[in-house]
Amino acid sequence: MGVELFLQYIAAGVTYGIIYAIVAIGFNIIYNTTGIINFAQGEFVMLGSMIAISLHGVMPLLPSIVLASVVTMFIGALIEVLFIRWLKSPTVLRMIIITIGLSILIRELALSIWGEGVRALPYFTGNEVSSVEIGMIRISPQVLWVVGICLFMVAVLQGFFHFTLLGRKMRACAANPVAARLCGINTKNMVTLSFMLSALIGAVAGCVVSPITYSQYNMGTGLAIKGFTVAILGGLGNSLAALGGGIVLGILESFSVWFMPSAYKDAISIAILLVILFVRPSGLFGSKERMALKEF
Amino acid sequence: MRVISRVFLLLFLTVFLVTPVMASDTIKIGAILSVTGPASFLGAPEANTLKMLVDEINSKGGIKGKKIELIIKDSSASPEKAISFAKQLIEEERVFAIIGPSTSGETLKIKSICEKGRTICISCAAAERIVNPVARYVFKTPQKDSFAARKIFMQMKKMGIKRIGVVVGNTGFGKAGKAQLEKLAPEYGIDIVISEVYDKRATDLTALVTKLKAKGVEAVVNWSIVPAQSIIAKNMRQIGFNVPLFQSHGFGNIKYVRAAGAAAEGIIFPAGRLLVAEELPDNHPQKPVLLKYKRDYEARYKEEVSTFGGHAYDALMILVEAIKKAGTDREKVRDAIENLKGFVGTGGIFNFSPKDHNGLDIDSFEMLTVRNGKFVLLEK
Repeated sequence: MGVELFLQYIAAGVTYGIIYAIVAIGFNIIYNTTGIINFAQGEFVMLGSMIAISLHGVMPLLPSIVLASVVTMFIGALIEVLFIRWLKSPTVLRMIIITIGLSILIRELALSIWGEGVRALPYFTGNEVSSVEIGMIRISPQVLWVVGICLFMVAVLQGFFHFTLLGRKMRACAANPVAARLCGINTKNMVTLSFMLSALIGAVAGCVVSPITYSQYNMGTGLAIKGFTVAILGGLGNSLAALGGGIVLGILESFSVWFMPSAYKDAISIAILLVILFVRPSGLFGSKERMALKEF
Repeated sequence: MRVISRVFLLLFLTVFLVTPVMASDTIKIGAILSVTGPASFLGAPEANTLKMLVDEINSKGGIKGKKIELIIKDSSASPEKAISFAKQLIEEERVFAIIGPSTSGETLKIKSICEKGRTICISCAAAERIVNPVARYVFKTPQKDSFAARKIFMQMKKMGIKRIGVVVGNTGFGKAGKAQLEKLAPEYGIDIVISEVYDKRATDLTALVTKLKAKGVEAVVNWSIVPAQSIIAKNMRQIGFNVPLFQSHGFGNIKYVRAAGAAAEGIIFPAGRLLVAEELPDNHPQKPVLLKYKRDYEARYKEEVSTFGGHAYDALMILVEAIKKAGTDREKVRDAIENLKGFVGTGGIFNFSPKDHNGLDIDSFEMLTVRNGKFVLLEK
């Protein structure tokens, strides 16, 4: 394998990886405040891109993406208020089943609104054939958009969680909900906020990847499985770990094509998920102590 | 309560006793099509076409005074559903004939069911194995895979291409195409350097095309019916891999061209003449049929016609032609289809025989390409 080929595989892998990482970060945000895995996370990605595509019919690209992200964010809030907030004894299992149900519901609604068709947003810069040469490799400019926007979101999130009062409140809820409540933090609002935040991130991700992967009513399921794998791989609850896990998985998948039939690419992520769950359930970058704190 | 149960009894009696009497005045035709699901771009235009044609035939008084009753079942490209619908149509609905399924995988699964049920099945799917070996009651209207493969190789020979890469989706159509390409390539002195199968739901094939590029192939053949047809075109251009891209006859839907945008320009593929009907010389025997179907379809559904709808057009019209000739005896109609000669359809001119249940020859294909977002003849 030549250097050029090697680098081209790395580039493809990093692209896949970053997309998975963004979905994984969505999982992490909700996991951190509630201790549950929101299996409707992939549907936020789908909703964001589908709404943006519909809006793009009547307005330019940027406003349609912004508006679609805000709308999806409020859908996230609505879901939390309608289905999660009023639960008197919100056991983890119960909430997980609710999110699975919601994901099916949203998917079916999307099917009846947008139909079966495959749609896409236009490329942000250039078109389907443009490519940028970086060193020895060539990639689509949209890949740079995906990498750039996703890294930007991770950076902003890190800043938000560590340096703002609101972010710290959310982390406090994650660390110890009872103590947080005693300090006067409204934990219920923090949960709503976490749903909004992860819906927002999912929607933005959906918009930037749409030109590359196309959007369809059922795109969320596949992404959710990959995102979940990445979240577990990196260690649940840690955004930077998710980024690392995503890139590891993406690169493994991309290189797998070299020596295996490419139809088995998805089998790689499932195999990795199983191995990690058996061997190192706390994830590549997670610690056992941290996992033990969570009641999961 | 008693009143209600009587009403129900009456309803049941009406349904079970009255319907069969009415049914004898109509010809029941079943259709198993992938109206939704991953192959909806095949099944949806096929279902639309059948509805349009049946309305037209019935408004003109039906066939020999008998109206057609069309029962469309949506299999969403699932072979399991196709099997249960085939059984239902044959055993419960007792249909006269079945049109479809849309995909090769489904058709191959119901082939033996139609044989056992002695029900005519005219498939809208392409794989050669549907009619080879010949099954007594099974016909198909799309052109054979082997002709598409031969057309592609003939074109490559003209262009001086010798080393190629083959990629196919993991569907019945893809696998059948791969087998044909690998079998026929040596005949044309073409060397398949690399042959790969990808998942039918793949959303990015950059890693795969990178591998093709590394093998130094002079052209790529992609054989699938899934959105990957557009994705592979984009990914090839994005990594700066600019060899000619050939697609199968599965590319005959303008939606794929739109999805691939600028990357679709210059793709070469074999297809029936429906997509370039206007470009044909006026004395071409297919021209009037193609133009009428195209105009009717586009006027009614406000979307571009595709070759796939054409396959359903051919299936129904061949059946209608045979019923006109032989009446409503199923065996006689089967014989009539088998002996049908010179039938002008959208896919080509059909000449059936007991050995050939497809009836089309290699000239039913033209090589097309994409120029300015439109299908055009590769060479005039």
